[in-house]
Amino acid sequence: MKKRFSLVLCALAGLATAAEFDYGLQAQAVGEGVHAFIGRNEDFSTANGGNIVNTGFIVAPAGIIVIDSGSSLRYGQQMRQAIARVSDRPLVLVINTHHHPDHFLGNQAFAGTPLAALPATIDGIASEGNAFAENLFRLTGDWMKGTEVVAPSRALAAGKAEIAGRSLRLIALDGHTGADLAIYDETSGVLFAGDLVFNGRAPTTPHADIAHWLSALDRLEAVTREAGFTALVPGHGAVARDAAPIRQTRAWLRWLRGAMQQAARDGLDMNEVLALPLPAEFAGLPVAASEYRRSVGHLFPAAEQEALGAAQ
Amino acid sequence: MKFPLTIAAIALAALMPPADAAALRDSGDPLASARWGDMQKTVLGGAPVLFDPRVKVVAPSTAENPMQVPVTIDATALPNVQEVLVFADFNPIVQVLRFFPEGSGAYLGFRVKLQQSTPVRAAVRTADGVWHVGGTWVNTVGGGCTAPSAASGSKEWQKRLNAVSGRQWSDGPQSGRVRLSIVHPMDTGLVAGTPAFHLEEIEIADAAGQRLMRVQTYEPVAENPVFTLHRGQVSGPVEASGRDNNGNRFKASIAP
Repeated sequence: MKKRFSLVLCALAGLATAAEFDYGLQAQAVGEGVHAFIGRNEDFSTANGGNIVNTGFIVAPAGIIVIDSGSSLRYGQQMRQAIARVSDRPLVLVINTHHHPDHFLGNQAFAGTPLAALPATIDGIASEGNAFAENLFRLTGDWMKGTEVVAPSRALAAGKAEIAGRSLRLIALDGHTGADLAIYDETSGVLFAGDLVFNGRAPTTPHADIAHWLSALDRLEAVTREAGFTALVPGHGAVARDAAPIRQTRAWLRWLRGAMQQAARDGLDMNEVLALPLPAEFAGLPVAASEYRRSVGHLFPAAEQEALGAAQ
Repeated sequence: MKFPLTIAAIALAALMPPADAAALRDSGDPLASARWGDMQKTVLGGAPVLFDPRVKVVAPSTAENPMQVPVTIDATALPNVQEVLVFADFNPIVQVLRFFPEGSGAYLGFRVKLQQSTPVRAAVRTADGVWHVGGTWVNTVGGGCTAPSAASGSKEWQKRLNAVSGRQWSDGPQSGRVRLSIVHPMDTGLVAGTPAFHLEEIEIADAAGQRLMRVQTYEPVAENPVFTLHRGQVSGPVEASGRDNNGNRFKASIAP
């Protein structure tokens, strides 16, 4: 009796653990041979384990191209399993769109598959990856168990690329970070925009250059006007069939930049800037209040220097 | 509220709005910090203390960037302010800065480096020798004092060391406000191989040489400090001068 009881307990504990660390990744069909895993429009938490990001994959003739690997080893492992449920083709390449942790910390789960990114992204992962990972351990806890930073070794260059028999357009941009790779799949007309585009969620700005970001958005919007375009996969938020998320991201960035400049010209101190109300247009956006607060820290000091007349 | 209040507190309470008076207390740290007893002894030398809601310390409850935590001290509701001491109980270097509002209001905005979650407090000494204390908790992930300054990553700052930029506002809601920034790494000395290197003394005076404020800054003030103060009526330029702990001096004029 006692023995049976402990067996039941073990079984229960096993179930609890499995349920606790299950990201519930479900591949969503986006276009011909293109699938995405859509994360929640939330901040990192111990409840979501970092599943706040979009990742995806393309089933190419000679194998599978993975686009971003998620926020942890567990995410990467579960992503791999979810990909295998869609296609049994071999993994050919994992691409990291930029050096933010929710986009590359699953790399470790793809051991044996080449990892690739823009050169500045590779450098960023190598130099800042551990600090990012440490931060995610703090924010999401045991979801991160066993996660180690693996930097890509293959450098990508802008332009057309034939990968695993599929024609991809690698669009090297910057603005969200120092190097942001957008990927346009010519076959399906799906544009993976990385974190240059947020949909229904306030953008994050820890490494942002707003002017560059706005130019990058113009480049991406031009792609959505091409005849073959069918879908846009943003870095965060739902898949779109038009450029609406690009316009939304642009509107937020323009407002944010203007608000920082105006506050600096008005002589506000950073605490006063933090206390400013958000305009109605943006106040309802998920995580708007918390991203605004972070962005003040990222962007106000430069606006302030400009208003105080500091030589650059 | 604990009784009895000191005579000074009772006398003060009679002059204050009832809500503020009710919040006055001379013992029992409202921020419930385990370090308060030490702070009172070491930082305030055991002098009489009054927790006073008229000493407003504004800072984010959660610091997004522990290297640049904005802090605003407003003690303008207190009469006869002689000196304001800002400190953080749990910082490895407790004292942040000290300012003497001579011709200006008892108001100062700046940014600070915090190593871990801590109360940030202002102790305001009035002419009667009482320290009026206000404060707020700031939660942070830490690393603010032991992380290298941005300047340590490049030598570019050396060309601009002690460069001052600033501006005055003479109309609108911020009329009478002065803001200035000074290029300085403000190294704490807690990063291996980088000795403490920070601004120590800043004076702000009007064109007639009348001092508006004197500020003594310590290591925890954030890199490239930015200060916000209120001079009141704006007339003429403001002269900012000072030096760091290596004897590098600066002097600059901020046009009205």
